[in-house]
Amino acid sequence: MEIDLSQFRDTFFQEAAELLETMERELLSLRAGQAGGDTLNAIFRCAHSIKAGARTFGFEAMARFTHVLESLLDRLRNGEVEASAGLVELLLRSVDVLRALIDAAASQSAPPPVWEDVTEELDRALAIPAAPPLSPREPAPDRPAGTEYDIRFEPAPELFRLGLDPFLVLRDLAQLGTLAADADCSRLPSLETLDPETCYLRWRLRLKTAAAMDQIRDAFAFVEDVAAISIEPAAAAVPAAGVAAPVAGAPTTALRSAARESSMRVATGKVDRLIDLVGELVIAQSMAAQIMNGFTAERLPLLREAMAEIERHTRELQDRAMRIRMMPVSSIFGRFQRLVHDTAQALGKQISLEISGEETELDKGVVERIADPLTHLVRNAVDHGIETPAERQQAGKPPEGRLRLTAYHQGGNVMIEVADDGRGLDTARIRAKAIERGLTAAGDELSEEQIHALIFRPGFSTADKISDVSGRGVGMDVVKKSVDALGGAVALQTAPGRGSTVRIKLPLTLAILDGLLLRVGAQTYVIPLVSIVESIRVRREQVRDVAGCGDVITVRQEPIPLVRLGRMFQISSETADPAAGLVVIVEHDGRHWALLVDELLGQQQVVVKSLETNFRKVEGITGATILGDGRAALILDIAGIAAMSRGEGLSNAA
Amino acid sequence: MPRTALIVDDSVTIRQMVSFTLKQAGFGVVEAVDGQDGLERLSAQHVDLIVTDLNMPRMDGIAFIRGLRARPASRHTPVLMLTTESQESKRLEGRAAGATAWLVKPFHPDKLLMVIGKVLP
Repeated sequence: MEIDLSQFRDTFFQEAAELLETMERELLSLRAGQAGGDTLNAIFRCAHSIKAGARTFGFEAMARFTHVLESLLDRLRNGEVEASAGLVELLLRSVDVLRALIDAAASQSAPPPVWEDVTEELDRALAIPAAPPLSPREPAPDRPAGTEYDIRFEPAPELFRLGLDPFLVLRDLAQLGTLAADADCSRLPSLETLDPETCYLRWRLRLKTAAAMDQIRDAFAFVEDVAAISIEPAAAAVPAAGVAAPVAGAPTTALRSAARESSMRVATGKVDRLIDLVGELVIAQSMAAQIMNGFTAERLPLLREAMAEIERHTRELQDRAMRIRMMPVSSIFGRFQRLVHDTAQALGKQISLEISGEETELDKGVVERIADPLTHLVRNAVDHGIETPAERQQAGKPPEGRLRLTAYHQGGNVMIEVADDGRGLDTARIRAKAIERGLTAAGDELSEEQIHALIFRPGFSTADKISDVSGRGVGMDVVKKSVDALGGAVALQTAPGRGSTVRIKLPLTLAILDGLLLRVGAQTYVIPLVSIVESIRVRREQVRDVAGCGDVITVRQEPIPLVRLGRMFQISSETADPAAGLVVIVEHDGRHWALLVDELLGQQQVVVKSLETNFRKVEGITGATILGDGRAALILDIAGIAAMSRGEGLSNAA
Repeated sequence: MPRTALIVDDSVTIRQMVSFTLKQAGFGVVEAVDGQDGLERLSAQHVDLIVTDLNMPRMDGIAFIRGLRARPASRHTPVLMLTTESQESKRLEGRAAGATAWLVKPFHPDKLLMVIGKVLP
């Protein structure tokens, strides 16, 4: 074609990804015996659509692959092939192959060779000859030059009102062979009562054709739902078949598709409401402008009201705008059914995956960036957390392990939990291992929470896959880093022999932060509220100088290291003496720090602006914001401050 | 006599693609950006075929189809609706509103012509 279709390509890739998700979901429900009436059709249509796109854009391998896949799926939905366990596995692997083919097409690299192997398997599944037919009629010989069919075509009276023309159907049938038509006019009323927009005619047809049933049915494509149609071979029947597809032995390689982030689908309703709100805001603003026109002091209460109205609308607008970017976690939870199913099977374990709260919504950016850490946690639970059926039975547990994925809103955050009823982790062993790795000293007093938090420290687990703490393997530190980078927090709860729960707290959006504004010298900073425990004035008696640690403040018997923000960021602050200033106690990783500041300026929601595009990373700072008066304020990164205070950061502010 | 088609879609990309395809097939093409716009075009001229998307602002495809079926000039004009796979219920709604045929996005231009061939003499 002469049109340059490349502009439509990205849309195709995005839609193909969605179609594959649907296909996988439907196949899994088929596997679990929960197929609905339309499941097979839905699966077919997915492959069909992708094939159409593949052909449009000339993706050779993809087109060939989907063509064979589609043929097999067509036979499946017609009942000519049985949906055996082996066949469903083959189809699931086909989904993986398709994902890989789409990725290859999107990145303009060569299609992975596995597609040809799977195509062969699909071909074999198609070519297996039919088992003896269930119907009592004789199987038809090699298709003769023409088979005769008796066709009855009775359109509903309202056919014309859909813009349909029955003659076009007859025309299409006639093109398939030799058509003899007999119109039944018995329903035609007299001319006076005739309604020209009602279809009264019915047809009995005899068609002699070499075409397949598919093509004959195709002539009725758009009248199927508004007509009574029957197509009966006047001669021998096509054998009904139940076919066992070959069971493929090769294990699945998980072929994950890269997220295409350039666009997203949004429900029209959401956009409509947003547009409405903008309209209301404009009205409120113009009312305020009117009040300002020829303003007198008497109008002050009116102005106040107008400003309140504007503030209300702005807040709601902000809320709604953020919601545009929200998508349900089901978009990532969905893939776990497959992952758990495949991995458990490969390891010989029985695991059921329960998902709840999948409709919980999260910012699109957060969803995309939490996907990998979550996958990691799920894999860990399956690999290390849950025991084999034999081990479980020995421990007095049911042989099937339970893995639970939950998502819910709490406060201004979204909580995601990965819980298993497996081995759990032994706190004492964690502590021992941490001491061994030099992450903590033997004499350190740590709460259970703090010990569990050690799992997330880099250097806790070694590079080999087997961890003798018999639980989480490689990568927990990476999970924590990812979650921290999103402004969230992760914690582990575990009981040996009973199981573990990893709880992730995530902000609803990356772009807006609830913060506490504070001043150090002439600078304004923002601390995320989520990290703040409390702010206090400190009495002289609470302050001690501990050798090797600097100043320490004792609050309710707990010693908390003091951080002089002025010194840390090398700006002059007003207060050097903690007893003279204000201390904000923050929490990170189960530990506390006391930040010495000059003044607290109040709580505020701020819009987070990233600095990374133009500036090098500075430890202790994550982004900035513009305040109401136009000044810029830097947003503190508590994790970074904690690291710096421990002397582990990029810069060691003495 | 050359036939005219009305293409109604808020997506410029789709309009361009369909428009091009139909022109190649000998149609004159009129474009509209949403249901409301579509109805206005229909008031101004007669068309032999209507191709419409379903999800559009201001007036969506379903309301548009209902609207055009209520007018004598377009009561029996073939209407082809563009749907996506996940919109089974929408397609049924469109059918109930009076759509003649449908085409699932993404579609190959050849498929578009094939479907049109089924509903136009």
